[in-house]
Amino acid sequence: MSTLSERILGAPAGEYVDRKVDRAYVHDGTGVLTLETWKLMGAEQLSDLPQLYVLFDHIVPANNSTTATLQHELREFACGSFLQFSDIGGGICHQLMSEGVVLPGEVVVGADSHSCTPGAFGAFATGVGATDMAAIWLNGETWFRVPDTIGIHLSGSLCSGTEAKDLALSYVSRLGMDGGTYSALEFIGDGVKTLPMDDRLTLCNLSVETGAKTGMFYADDVTVKYLAAAGQKAGVQVPEPCTYSRELEFDLADIVPLIAVSNRVDRVKPVQDLAGVSVDQVFIGTCTNGRYSDLARLAKIVKGRKVAIRTIVVPASRAVLAEAIRTGVLADIIEAGCAIGTPGCGPCLGAHMGVLGDGEVCLSTANRNFKNRMGVGGEIYLSSVATAAASALSGEITEPGAD
Amino acid sequence: MQGAGHAVCLGPDIDTDLVIAGRYLRTKDHSVWVSHVFEDLDPSLAGHLNGAVIAAGKNFGCGSSREQAALALREAGVVAVIAPSFARIFFRNAINVGLPAIECSLSCAEGEYIRFDLADGWVEAGASRHLIRPLSPRMRDILAAGGLVNYWRTHR
Repeated sequence: MSTLSERILGAPAGEYVDRKVDRAYVHDGTGVLTLETWKLMGAEQLSDLPQLYVLFDHIVPANNSTTATLQHELREFACGSFLQFSDIGGGICHQLMSEGVVLPGEVVVGADSHSCTPGAFGAFATGVGATDMAAIWLNGETWFRVPDTIGIHLSGSLCSGTEAKDLALSYVSRLGMDGGTYSALEFIGDGVKTLPMDDRLTLCNLSVETGAKTGMFYADDVTVKYLAAAGQKAGVQVPEPCTYSRELEFDLADIVPLIAVSNRVDRVKPVQDLAGVSVDQVFIGTCTNGRYSDLARLAKIVKGRKVAIRTIVVPASRAVLAEAIRTGVLADIIEAGCAIGTPGCGPCLGAHMGVLGDGEVCLSTANRNFKNRMGVGGEIYLSSVATAAASALSGEITEPGAD
Repeated sequence: MQGAGHAVCLGPDIDTDLVIAGRYLRTKDHSVWVSHVFEDLDPSLAGHLNGAVIAAGKNFGCGSSREQAALALREAGVVAVIAPSFARIFFRNAINVGLPAIECSLSCAEGEYIRFDLADGWVEAGASRHLIRPLSPRMRDILAAGGLVNYWRTHR
């Protein structure tokens, strides 16, 4: 009679537990500080307990000598210590963890707030800072307060023209930026089976925007089939009656195209209400919406047409890019006038490429629209891929048509 | 653990991008973070943080897991951050770098003298005393050690 978090962590909500970590990952941003802190702890060798990964995705390729030097040091360490390493162009850490790596029931910790993403596989996946990660490198374990769980009941199926991203913005808006703090979100109900893994990853990805510790789906036939295609064997997880601290219900058929307005992820309005707002840049990608199904949806909308404004497309991983090349999706996107970036986080964090000018507006498929995040004086609106694609074609915020 | 300082009052939902922007993260020179702390919120704040107790609104430290946010505050001389609630990664980061993060609903005025005693479990602003939500025993030990680095240096 437990929630999925309670089952995986082995204790009831509210208790503190020390748990061995199955997989732990850092990226080029947080890895530098993790390495520095781990050395300060007086460590001489890495813990041999968890699978440890260093995955370069944040500033790829390096934008200046300072970044390059920091990345060089981390790269040398990762390769010399036999950590599992992915260099520039491999893709976003959360995406790489989701390409047949994370398995149901695992405890997964990443030094990045969106490490809640692989919770979509029925893992307990959450983000920590550099010092907590350094301690995991040291001991192979960390402490958790077992979270209470908010049950998000899904029924029905999404209408044409709406996406999991619209549902994600909808629940973030309902819970607010701190409505999930210290909790886990569990997505349950009949509507779940209509959602492919890519959609589930998008939904779990935004859980941290409510303050939640993680977002989770029970592994089901969809999960097992996805992992099998990636060469992994996994079983299903059957939900059991449990106590939720709070419950929300969504009929997927009621979801409409939505946008989170600058500067809050929970300031959500129907696209219809913002139609006509002028946009300077469209960005399609990130750990939220940079997967193959996202690029395919974009291609379907822009194929044979031309974007009216600068449009940056960054595949979430090399595998996503390769698949988009293989199927012709990438050619459609390029021929429509989009610029393609190296697989990785792209302009989302505003640290290197695709930065906004003062007063410019970006419509982005990412997960954060905080003040100045993509450049001082720039405004960020968050939407689905379909809304971003329709808006790229018109140059202003535009509601996507039915598929 | 006791401490005191002048209040610097901030609103709710201060994200870690606002504490230290992404464009300043790629360095080992911690003084860079001190120079640019809160730049996108209010550039004048950086000059008032030495010896300050930040009294913020709910959900302080939401967003990115960047530990540089907690480090920037500590190195700028912030004595503690008090808020009704914290985003969980920032909360862990703060304790891990030895910066007290105190869960407490506090009404106070800018510059007001604030005292706290974590062992006794209270915060005082002017004449009013507020009870605080106690830390877990593990976090108390980490903070008492001055952070997780020292904790593990002495616990191995």
